[in-house]
Amino acid sequence: MSTSAREVPATAAGRMLAIWQTTIGKKVVMALTGLIGVGYVVVHMLGNLQVFQGAEKLNAYAAALHGPLKGVVWVVRVVLLLAVVLHVAAAAQLTGRDRAARPVPYARRDPQVSTLASRTMRWGGVLLLVFIVFHVLHFTTGTVQPVPFVAGDVYGNVIGAFRVWWVTLFYALAMVALGFHLFHGAWSAARTLGAAPPSPRPLRRPVAAILALVVAVGFAIVPLAVFFGVVK
Amino acid sequence: MELNARIPAGPLDQKWDRHRFELKLVNPANKRKHTIIVVGSGLAGASAAATLSELGYQVLCFCFQDSPRRAHSIAAQGGINAAKNYQNDGDSVFRLFYDTVKGGDFRAREANVYRLAQISVNIIDQCVAQGVPFAREYGGLLTNRSFGGAQVSRTFYARGQTGQQLLLGAYQALEKEVARGGVLMFPRTEMLDLVVIDGRARGIVARSLATGEIRTYLGDAVVLGTGGYANVFYLSTNAKGSNATAIWRAHRRGAAFGNPCFTQIHPTCIPVSGEYQSKLTLMSESLRNDGRVWVPKKRGDTRPPHEIPEDERDYYLERKYPTFGNLAPRDIASRAAKEVCDDGRGVGAGGLGVYLDFADAIRRVGERQIRERYGNLFEMYQRITDENCYQAPMRIYPAAHYAMGGLWVDYNLMSTVPGLYVIGEANFSDHGANRLGASALMQGLADGYFILPYTIGDYLASGRLGPVGADHPEVRGATEQVRSRVDRLLAVDGKRTVDSFHRELGGLMWDKCGMARSAGGLREAIQRIPAIREEFWKNVNVPGSDTELNQALEKAGRVADFLELGELMCRDALHREESCGGHFRVEHQTQDGEAKRDDERFAYVAAWEWRGERQEPCLHKEPLAFEYLKLATRSYK
Amino acid sequence: MNLTLRVWRQPSPDAPGRLVQYEARDISPDASFLEMLDVVNERLAARGEAPIAFDHDCREGICGSCGVMINGVAHGPVTGTATCQLHMRSFRDGDVITVEPWRARAFPVLRDLVVDRSGLDRIIAAGGFVSVSTGSAPDGNTIPVPKTSADAAMDAAQCIGCGACVAACPNGSASLFTAAKITHLGLLPQGQAERYRRALRMVAQMDGEGFGGCTLFGECQEACPKQISIETISRMNRDYLVAAFTTRLEAAGAGD
Ligand SMILES: Cc1cc2nc3c(=O)[nH]c(=O)nc-3n(C[C@H](O)[C@H](O)[C@H](O)COP(=O)(O)OP(=O)(O)OC[C@H]3O[C@@H](n4cnc5c(N)ncnc54)[C@H](O)[C@@H]3O)c2cc1C
Ligand code: HEM
Ligand code: HEM
Ligand code: SF4
Ligand code: F3S
Ligand code: FES
Repeated sequence: MSTSAREVPATAAGRMLAIWQTTIGKKVVMALTGLIGVGYVVVHMLGNLQVFQGAEKLNAYAAALHGPLKGVVWVVRVVLLLAVVLHVAAAAQLTGRDRAARPVPYARRDPQVSTLASRTMRWGGVLLLVFIVFHVLHFTTGTVQPVPFVAGDVYGNVIGAFRVWWVTLFYALAMVALGFHLFHGAWSAARTLGAAPPSPRPLRRPVAAILALVVAVGFAIVPLAVFFGVVK
Repeated sequence: MELNARIPAGPLDQKWDRHRFELKLVNPANKRKHTIIVVGSGLAGASAAATLSELGYQVLCFCFQDSPRRAHSIAAQGGINAAKNYQNDGDSVFRLFYDTVKGGDFRAREANVYRLAQISVNIIDQCVAQGVPFAREYGGLLTNRSFGGAQVSRTFYARGQTGQQLLLGAYQALEKEVARGGVLMFPRTEMLDLVVIDGRARGIVARSLATGEIRTYLGDAVVLGTGGYANVFYLSTNAKGSNATAIWRAHRRGAAFGNPCFTQIHPTCIPVSGEYQSKLTLMSESLRNDGRVWVPKKRGDTRPPHEIPEDERDYYLERKYPTFGNLAPRDIASRAAKEVCDDGRGVGAGGLGVYLDFADAIRRVGERQIRERYGNLFEMYQRITDENCYQAPMRIYPAAHYAMGGLWVDYNLMSTVPGLYVIGEANFSDHGANRLGASALMQGLADGYFILPYTIGDYLASGRLGPVGADHPEVRGATEQVRSRVDRLLAVDGKRTVDSFHRELGGLMWDKCGMARSAGGLREAIQRIPAIREEFWKNVNVPGSDTELNQALEKAGRVADFLELGELMCRDALHREESCGGHFRVEHQTQDGEAKRDDERFAYVAAWEWRGERQEPCLHKEPLAFEYLKLATRSYK
Repeated sequence: MNLTLRVWRQPSPDAPGRLVQYEARDISPDASFLEMLDVVNERLAARGEAPIAFDHDCREGICGSCGVMINGVAHGPVTGTATCQLHMRSFRDGDVITVEPWRARAFPVLRDLVVDRSGLDRIIAAGGFVSVSTGSAPDGNTIPVPKTSADAAMDAAQCIGCGACVAACPNGSASLFTAAKITHLGLLPQGQAERYRRALRMVAQMDGEGFGGCTLFGECQEACPKQISIETISRMNRDYLVAAFTTRLEAAGAGD
């Protein structure tokens, strides 16, 4: 092949744009931002589990976050916001592209091996988006108040909120969606990035399965415990 | 018509080198100005088109499939020969030359075959460099197997898909040139006639199979790499689309047809299972390296194989040919199978089959080894027959497989029509009266990569070719004839389907002009074929129109040509009063049923000239001189 | 056995199409799926009706011509099997079989079950080769190739270009096809010189043809008659990323 400049743009910015233009490029963005998400939810989940250690412990933790660690938190917030925006943008564009790739549908198509998780990435994703927006307005800004919101009393807010059946239900559902999303996502991200160790049966995904289960349960247990009065 | 083989003077091993030096060269700047039409994208066509484009010519390449990668070469399983002597088992260019001439029963040109053997080594190098994943030893070097009657291991292979990998190599080279603009590829486009102007081939008339558009394509030379015509037998191992139309149309335009009756029957195919049967599947010959061929000694013995004791089995190949045994050449193995079946000892439905048994091999080297070697073939067999050959023996029967005959070409691969070159299976190839396993891939690639690209330059450099336009009377004439023929096919609007005619012709050819041929049978066929042809043109039904994708119409045109070719094959078979290679005349055999060659009267290539619809074709003879090998009766005992 | 077929009939690329019902009576279970269609076509032709158009050639599962959607599954119910190698014994007497063409924007229907797959050729033309002109090759044994790489390369090289991966993929993605070629050549020393440029060009062409992206559904691997693994897709992504981020076009030691 003759060397031609057209393959790789000279400037770094141009290169990033070129990458973003391809389907693989967008998937890589999804994978990276997705993994940021994974990292965050794991930490966040561990944080939440302090509910079981009582009001003092959790509120102290929250206070720390809002006090001395404020700087860090802000950095995290900015990163998360960026990640979500990129992730959703890529998701929307890819979904559009993928749909356009088959304008005439089959009269019959029977999926053979694709997991339910993989086939619900899109709607599950939308649910997660709704959840995240609601969730921040709920616990962080206190804009939506199923029960009166007391800034600083995270413990109180959590206990209060999850006594309301529909809040608990919504959170629980969202966590199921998250579990599914991770069951496929954590596995596929490794392949999108070409980082997965070669396997004779690539569809097996023990690590992703455990991760998804731990995160979904680890999160959901809080609202459920409160609702059923294990934590008061 | 005079046949000048243009065999260069000089000692055998120097002919090709000298000739290459003597060939005129086209100056690089002028190459761009020459347009070459390559019909066919198989091993021969694709390799030629890619190489010509690399040299700087403008190439137009055609194939009837939807992609050049699907050419029938893709189906070759066993492997490709080359005189590399990597195994250090005494192979050499001369031995490959000797084996090929002897295997062809001394009906091929020494000079051509020697050149083929010389070039064989470059082919492997070229393919390896292209990324063809040949089988290798743990040391990382290329490995070989012995194949079809050869006593040295000179066959290179890529699992059971050698043809596929070689073709993909050539196809990728072709696509590289397509991207560069050197080759214009026309898939789903079928050549229906040759355009000859002032006695020179200047273009083709072709029909787009997608839209039905009929167009002429003009150039300075035409190359046909359109494959073999074994489908004249209807049931064969060839792909359904394989056809003789391109070469037959060229023949009608003046290209002599060489040895049309030399067709090869392959001994190891899966037997016919029913009326609906559309093709026969080859089981690679490599199976005979470990499988033992046998039938029951008793006539009409219907016991399942495992219940037939050793001493009631007839391992007839081992019995009749102690040295070569199960590895006896194709024609011999095929005929032997026919004999035992005619003797009423055939097995399976209709008694047309013999056992290929791996029990001993499995006992000897273990099932794992056998799975290693033939796993994919056993799978293929099971998929088709629903039988497991690790437990029960395979059932096999011979099937039409390959055409040694084809358009006659000289040493430069040019036909009797100046400017018309023929390569690969389409020419009357270097295989004489019988082709050895793993040598067709070799020949196709030798022609396409290493011979034609040189020799065609000599023609382009010497001939001054005036420009021709689409409005030239000859061009318009040819186009008109093609149109009217298509219209005629659609106009018949009779009762019988195209396939029913193809089946009828095939059955007749198989009986009368197949494994064993007799004067009586051939005469009968020569009577009946014109009758079938006549009914075809009166009573065939081709639905649809010519301005759409119409597969019935495609088939109809091809069958119409087979109906003419079949007759020529029978005439050739009738005139050749000897038995040699794939051509076995029952009148000419020894007491113990071996082929009896007649070198006094028949050591020549029969080249037939078309003389018009209702005229008998005219026979021309190219005598074959053997200066380096002495004519010996081929014995595999 | 007797079957009921629901076959997609579409006279021409831009004409509307629809599923038409046919009765396929006394079909032998030993017939292949295409031979079953032959029988149906013979009967149609005998009645002067247009036969069902479908691509086919070798009928040995190697040329990649054939391929239809059978009851919603590319190449039908048997894994690792092309349509021409599928036999009727895999169906039950009385079955209703829906037969549709491959569906993808990049595979426009030409007629009935015949689609235009030339996009796959253009992906190869974009870089699926080793640039070695005839005559310039060194001896075949100059460069040893570890058996394991040769075998792995062969696994990927087996792709027959049928397009079932695209047909089966919910996204209509050609990732498996493209990745198979990138993997085949990328595993061999001969393919290193152009390894990264190849990835860039083939991926760009794949997107340009209008195929979808890869969500890693894994349906392609299941539909592939040669059972090519989606591991090849990981590999394609890796090669693409190296090329795109590091601007490397050649692997070590390569020239242009
Ligand atoms: C099942 C099988 C297994 C085989 N195994 C081996 C083996 O192991 N070793 C070996 O050496 N040989 C083998 N052979 C023989 C070998 O495969 C063929 O002889 C060889 O591949 C022929 O190559 P080709 O390029 O001449 O023709 P093909 O590969 O047949 O190509 C013909 C080309 O011409 C085109 N064409 C034909 N007619 C027209 C037309 N009218 N208009 C436009 N285009 C046209 C076709 O589209 C195609 O592209 C095998 C053959 C078969 C059938
Ligand atoms: C049952 C599950 C969950 C519970 C009980 C929970 C609880 C909380 C609470 C109490 C806060 C406020 C902390 C504070 O203000 O100090 C918070 C903030 C947040 N949570 Fe959750 N959370 C849950 C699930 C999730 C999930 C699944 C996500 C992401 C997908 C998420 C993302 C966030 C974000 C982004 C914030 C804002 C952090 C900040 O900027 O201060 N949460 N969560
Ligand atoms: C904010 C709303 C979200 C939406 C709309 C969304 C949507 C999607 C979609 C559609 C995909 C599949 C892309 C494709 O392969 O075609 C995907 C993949 C993924 N998502 Fe999300 N998602 C969201 C939130 C999250 C969260 C909170 C996480 C992590 C906790 C996450 C992690 C992932 C991962 C790891 C992948 C795999 C990427 C890949 O296959 O390479 N997503 N997301
Ligand atoms: S990867 Fe498999 S399914 Fe896709 S084209 Fe190749 S062989 Fe067909
Ligand atoms: S099914 Fe489609 S999404 Fe990817 S893994 Fe296969 S290409
Ligand atoms: S017809 Fe060749 S693969 Fe099916």
